[in-house]
Amino acid sequence: MIAFSHVRVRYPRSRVPALDDVSLEAPRGTVTAVVGPNGSGKSTLVRALVGRVPLEAGAIAVDGAAAATLARSVLARRVAIVTQREEPAFPLSVREYVALGRYPHLGLWRAPAAADADAIASALERTGVAPYVDRAVTELSGGEWQRVRLARAVAQGGESLVLDEPTTFLDVGHEMAVFELLARLASDGQAVLLVSHQLNLVARFAHRLVLLHRGCVVAEGTPAEVMRGDVLERVYDWPLVVTRDPAVGAPALVPLRAPPRG
Amino acid sequence: MTPLRWATLVAALLLAALAGVMLGTLRLAPLDVVRGALGQGAPIDVAVVRTLRLPRVVLAALVGAGLGAAGAALQGATRNGLAEPYLLGVSGGAAVGAVCAVALHAPAALVPIAGFAGALGAVVLTLVVARAAGGRGDARVVLMAGVVVGAFANAAIMVALANAQDNVVRGALWWMMGSVSDASWPQVRMAAVYVAIGIGVLLALARAIDVLALGEDTAAGLGIDVGRVSMIVYVAAALLAAGTVAAAGLVGFIGLLVPHLVRMAGARTHRVIIAAAALAGAALVVAADLVARTARPPAELPLGAVTAIIGVPFFLARLRRLT
Repeated sequence: MIAFSHVRVRYPRSRVPALDDVSLEAPRGTVTAVVGPNGSGKSTLVRALVGRVPLEAGAIAVDGAAAATLARSVLARRVAIVTQREEPAFPLSVREYVALGRYPHLGLWRAPAAADADAIASALERTGVAPYVDRAVTELSGGEWQRVRLARAVAQGGESLVLDEPTTFLDVGHEMAVFELLARLASDGQAVLLVSHQLNLVARFAHRLVLLHRGCVVAEGTPAEVMRGDVLERVYDWPLVVTRDPAVGAPALVPLRAPPRG
Repeated sequence: MTPLRWATLVAALLLAALAGVMLGTLRLAPLDVVRGALGQGAPIDVAVVRTLRLPRVVLAALVGAGLGAAGAALQGATRNGLAEPYLLGVSGGAAVGAVCAVALHAPAALVPIAGFAGALGAVVLTLVVARAAGGRGDARVVLMAGVVVGAFANAAIMVALANAQDNVVRGALWWMMGSVSDASWPQVRMAAVYVAIGIGVLLALARAIDVLALGEDTAAGLGIDVGRVSMIVYVAAALLAAGTVAAAGLVGFIGLLVPHLVRMAGARTHRVIIAAAALAGAALVVAADLVARTARPPAELPLGAVTAIIGVPFFLARLRRLT
């Protein structure tokens, strides 16, 4: 489980904290989604977890241990991260790229063992990227690349998976495939913490939602509890209604057109 | 990379080295080269092989290996195919040191040492500037700091040379164009030590460089201390480059060109890229020095000019493929 407890983060030369008194939990076996408008601090949560920005106050715990006290490799063995943006700089093959997910287990020197090969093969299979393992990552479509990034994180083999906007730029089919995969990983016992702008999709897949606004948690609970029209309208500063998804009954947000001028 | 491509690289280096010892004003047969290296055969052959050509070829190979490996590691760690070992102010700092030594009429033996000291000073200055700007491990900040220090060094060189005597300008320029014509065994031994240590450090970090090449946030998520590991790579590569400066002055394009060549040949992970770049860099500099020495005898072309002549068409071809 990943637990943020009263976390405050402030970027250098900024007077306003990017995160202020943020507490949330992502238990195993569930999908927890962090939503909120641009600049609400969602990605900062992920950067704080891996120590890319220091905490001004509060603590982050992974399976009960303070993340700050864990060695980087130990933290990486427990939590796998898929960051918001990652452009392949050089043409590794899909297999070589996914194999880098084993770095926290191998370090600089250890030769890959059977367990590493098994973890890589399993990740390739579970994410459906096995058919193109020999292709260069620079030649993949956006959907294939996102799946391959997920495969690398799954190969990392931790109990928790943190993803920052994993479906940006994906079409509906690829988007659904990624969400289905995350739901499967959660049902297999992983803690999935997801940062997303896709409110209607996370309402269908996530067990819990955390709504951030200007660095603070403004609502937390089940999708039905969090996705209330008055709250979302205030946070997103746009007229909208929340209705029910006719297919599955999950809350669904419908943004309205701006009122006519004059 | 396939075993055949490794064998081709090794064969290219051995062939270039053999040609480097055989060819010149005095042409030697392959057997004479072997006899000369063993101290047998005609005394003139022994002297040419053991005192003149062999140390020159070995020094050229070491310089090429160092520049190739340093370029490969820097391009990976910065995720930038235009990164090269003379970034981080190495070339500018080395030139300032050498120009100062020439302008102060220091003995010729002190010029490379001054170049080395200048390169080290510039690297330290670059890293201090990057740290002060808050970007200890941030590749963009470190590269920009290197550009700033390099630009300042160039300005200092222009000021120093603007009013210098002709012979000072010529001496400084010649050194900046790179050469291994003064190679000696003590120089080879010194170069071998720092090239072996530098390449050893970079090979040890190769797997971490693979991860760094995925981007800083992803690397942090995979357990890398991005600031610390990047800094070790920068320092090792810059020291390697500064070491080659002490041996041969500035030999441009090798550190930039060779990593592209080995990636095109199929090298993908940095343990392979760095090792292959060391071999390819060695072969290229040995071949370039052979051209520099034999193209217009008895005069010599500057080694750096020959490597640039090789590099420019390659990058033009790459540019055509990109557009």
